[in-house]
Amino acid sequence: MGGGTASPNKQDADTFPKLLLKNAKSLAEKPAIREKEYGIWQSWTWAEVLEEVKCFAIGLKKLGVKRGQKIAVVGDNRPRLYWSMVAIQSLGGVPVPVYQDSVVEEMSYVLDHAEVVGAIVQDQEQVDKILQIAEGVNRIKLIIHDEERGLRDYKVDGLYSFVNVQEMGRKLLSDKPETLEEWHQDIAKSKGDDVSILLYTSGTTGKPKGVMLSFNNIMISAQNGNRFDSLNENEEVIAYLPMAWIGDHIFSFGQSYAAGFCVSCPESPETVLDDRREIGPTYFFAPPRVYENLLTEIMVRMEDAGTIKKKMFHYFLAVARRCGERILNGEPVGLMDRLLYGLGELCIYGPIKNRMGFSRVKVAYTAGEAIGPEIFSFYRSLGVNLKQLYGQTESSVYITAQPDGEISAETVGTPVYDVEIKIKKNGEVQYRSPGVFVGYYKNDEATNETKTKDGWVNTGDAGFFDANGHLKIIDRAKDVGQLNDGSMFAPKYIENKLKFYPNVKEVVAFGNGQDICAVFINIDLTSVSNWAERNNIAYASYQELAGHPEVYKMIEEHVDEVNLSLASEPRVSGSQISRFLILHKELDADDGELTRTQKVRRNFVGERYAPLIEALFSGKTSAYISTEVTFEDGRKGVIEADLKIKDMITHPPVKFDEAAE
Amino acid sequence: MSAVENPRQISGEVLLNVEDISLSFGGVKAIRGVSFNILKGEIRAIIGPNGAGKTSMLNVINGFYHPQEGKITYKGETRSKMRSHVAAKQGIARTFQNVALFKGMSTLDNLMTGRLLKQREGILQQTVDMLLHAVYLGPAKRQEVVERKVVEEIIDFLEIEAIRKTPVGRLPYGLQKRVELGRAIAMEPELLLLDEPMAGMNLEEKGDMSRFIIDLNDQYGTTIALIEHDMGVVMDLSDRVVVLNYGEKIADGTPNEVSANQDVIDAYLGVS
Repeated sequence: MGGGTASPNKQDADTFPKLLLKNAKSLAEKPAIREKEYGIWQSWTWAEVLEEVKCFAIGLKKLGVKRGQKIAVVGDNRPRLYWSMVAIQSLGGVPVPVYQDSVVEEMSYVLDHAEVVGAIVQDQEQVDKILQIAEGVNRIKLIIHDEERGLRDYKVDGLYSFVNVQEMGRKLLSDKPETLEEWHQDIAKSKGDDVSILLYTSGTTGKPKGVMLSFNNIMISAQNGNRFDSLNENEEVIAYLPMAWIGDHIFSFGQSYAAGFCVSCPESPETVLDDRREIGPTYFFAPPRVYENLLTEIMVRMEDAGTIKKKMFHYFLAVARRCGERILNGEPVGLMDRLLYGLGELCIYGPIKNRMGFSRVKVAYTAGEAIGPEIFSFYRSLGVNLKQLYGQTESSVYITAQPDGEISAETVGTPVYDVEIKIKKNGEVQYRSPGVFVGYYKNDEATNETKTKDGWVNTGDAGFFDANGHLKIIDRAKDVGQLNDGSMFAPKYIENKLKFYPNVKEVVAFGNGQDICAVFINIDLTSVSNWAERNNIAYASYQELAGHPEVYKMIEEHVDEVNLSLASEPRVSGSQISRFLILHKELDADDGELTRTQKVRRNFVGERYAPLIEALFSGKTSAYISTEVTFEDGRKGVIEADLKIKDMITHPPVKFDEAAE
Repeated sequence: MSAVENPRQISGEVLLNVEDISLSFGGVKAIRGVSFNILKGEIRAIIGPNGAGKTSMLNVINGFYHPQEGKITYKGETRSKMRSHVAAKQGIARTFQNVALFKGMSTLDNLMTGRLLKQREGILQQTVDMLLHAVYLGPAKRQEVVERKVVEEIIDFLEIEAIRKTPVGRLPYGLQKRVELGRAIAMEPELLLLDEPMAGMNLEEKGDMSRFIIDLNDQYGTTIALIEHDMGVVMDLSDRVVVLNYGEKIADGTPNEVSANQDVIDAYLGVS
């Protein structure tokens, strides 16, 4: 599957410092960055940013920062920290943003591994951490802090405030005017192929790895991203995600420099919601949980509203559900619905969007993990152009994204400009693009494992293209297996589909090396008990409710819907759920069945419930199980149960062209 | 590289001196002949078991109660009783054991009330100002901008940006306490009296509050007298501690001296 057209982005400004010089000329009076301070938004134009960066960079040079050296940048999203990155780059150094909430040990590993010689940090908290780290890592000789507070009495060699450093630079500039020329020469020395930034992946598996990205990587990806969504210098963005994360580096830094749009930094992490409302971003990015939380908050607050408001809210939400997405996609919609939708916009959708800070959103993205289809369409039906994209640090974010009008909750879109994608035999997604990273810092082994000689990168994710040419990510490649008839079995994909039903709390799918696919289901007590109350179903315990025939019937409907949806996808239609059972107890971290972050420990569950799995695959209609459980006070007990196993009818795979409608 | 912290400079100059203070309500003797002083720039704790007369002592200092006997010397001026508005005018601010904020007003407005004393005096002038404020004109506008800036700095200092516009009645207790501290700071006091600033707070909130008190003392040089029951906090924060029991002073000194004092131990644990 090939990418889009090659992009015409050859230009003279091939590094961010060069781009800053250019923007300061061409967009001199346009705001470049904003920060809310003392309750008022302060802004800096591109020309002013250049001035700030210049003084700081020259101060840094005086303090001994040299080409090739690495400097850590730690803190919340602050203009001065963004400026620091360009200042470091202008001297030929490499900024290493670090997650500001990491504890000393984690930070220490990164700073040591990256061989940083100094750190530019936000406040006292971070200074204390770096000082502690510097005791073990002797290389760190320089610490510069943004905020003064609490640091007045620190008598430490090499500790400076940001303003001090700028003053040094300013003084040098006025004493020796030739410094400016030297600085411009420093900037000219860096080229697009040079490493521009070192970003550490969060390291869910093993130690964090330092991803080296060149100026070209970031810049071309940012330009392509801008072109994909037609972003220009008039966009508004709010920078609130960690600076050490590639997403923020692209959205709030790369794309802003490339397009020239203004980035706003919130007053504090707690005020993001209010600040966003004041700024009204036109381009917005958030992981799914942000959208979930916003929606929950609105729903909860609506419960407290008066009757008339509540009725209006629900009425117009129904209207939006009926026609909102179609209107957003530009599809034909009846006149009556259009009028009602317009009225709804006036009374309900507009105010809600304003509340959430989405009034002006042109493009909003979600990525990182699967988003519930209902949440996704809620926002779209209100007229928020929410889309999905797929990317990783190693690709400078962009691999695929959804073009306007081709949106689905289940896919992650088509390849962005200049990106080529291949699906390997085992289902793993491979890509090649101008954003592909230079390599892992000091880890050639990992680089060679991930990146082939001719520039293809293994994502580690399994996926496939659907009938419309949209990529669908289904699972981690190493978790994907096969049924005995050779059809692909992607447990996470099946589990997620079921988990989107509010009645289902947890699912564990089995099938690798078996004839059929079978699942354990945990019901969600809150929502099922609520349902039971409404339907006059009496029960005395979780176990009784879980085993209730009516509950089985309801879950069976869900499973059938999932099967139907699996049948419509050629790649996974072979692994429809043939049998299921509802577990008599909730999977619990105290019993070791879940991790502390509430993820299922598949292998452990497999061993613990071996008799149930055996029963699922041997065709029995019920199974006896006795398990030891740990109560909250630490006592142990035994739960016994006879669990029913339900057989499901699988659906014939839907033909390719039918699925495409 | 390692941090070498400077010990704070306490000048030795006496800011407030109370001498032989006695206070009684009818037959009840709340304070009996207590004397102690507060040095400029220090953090002074007043501790003691329930009913020892701590809050009464604070009330005497800021002129809420008028003692029957004794003298109060504040900034070199001696008087037998202080009137509370004069005390406020002269730079003594306080917070209360039970939060005393305007519940229906926002955090910002509550802090702005702390600035009222900085405005012009006299009924006529205040009426004119009020009218000017109402139409947001001329000097009133300029003044509002100045005051607002001071208040915003306090909001930044106390990290309460997120609740700037929230009515304080809706805030959790710990935050209300913080707003109350903010209002007292807004008066730019020389002497700040804190009546149980940490009461009812959890560990994290206590930590935050302690940091604000230290920073306030350190950065702005505000002298602080506080009543507190959490001994850990008292021992960590204060430079000197005075201990009251049944209205009498039983000890006075550094936290270490006081905690080793047998009378103090007896007062807290009881004597068999």
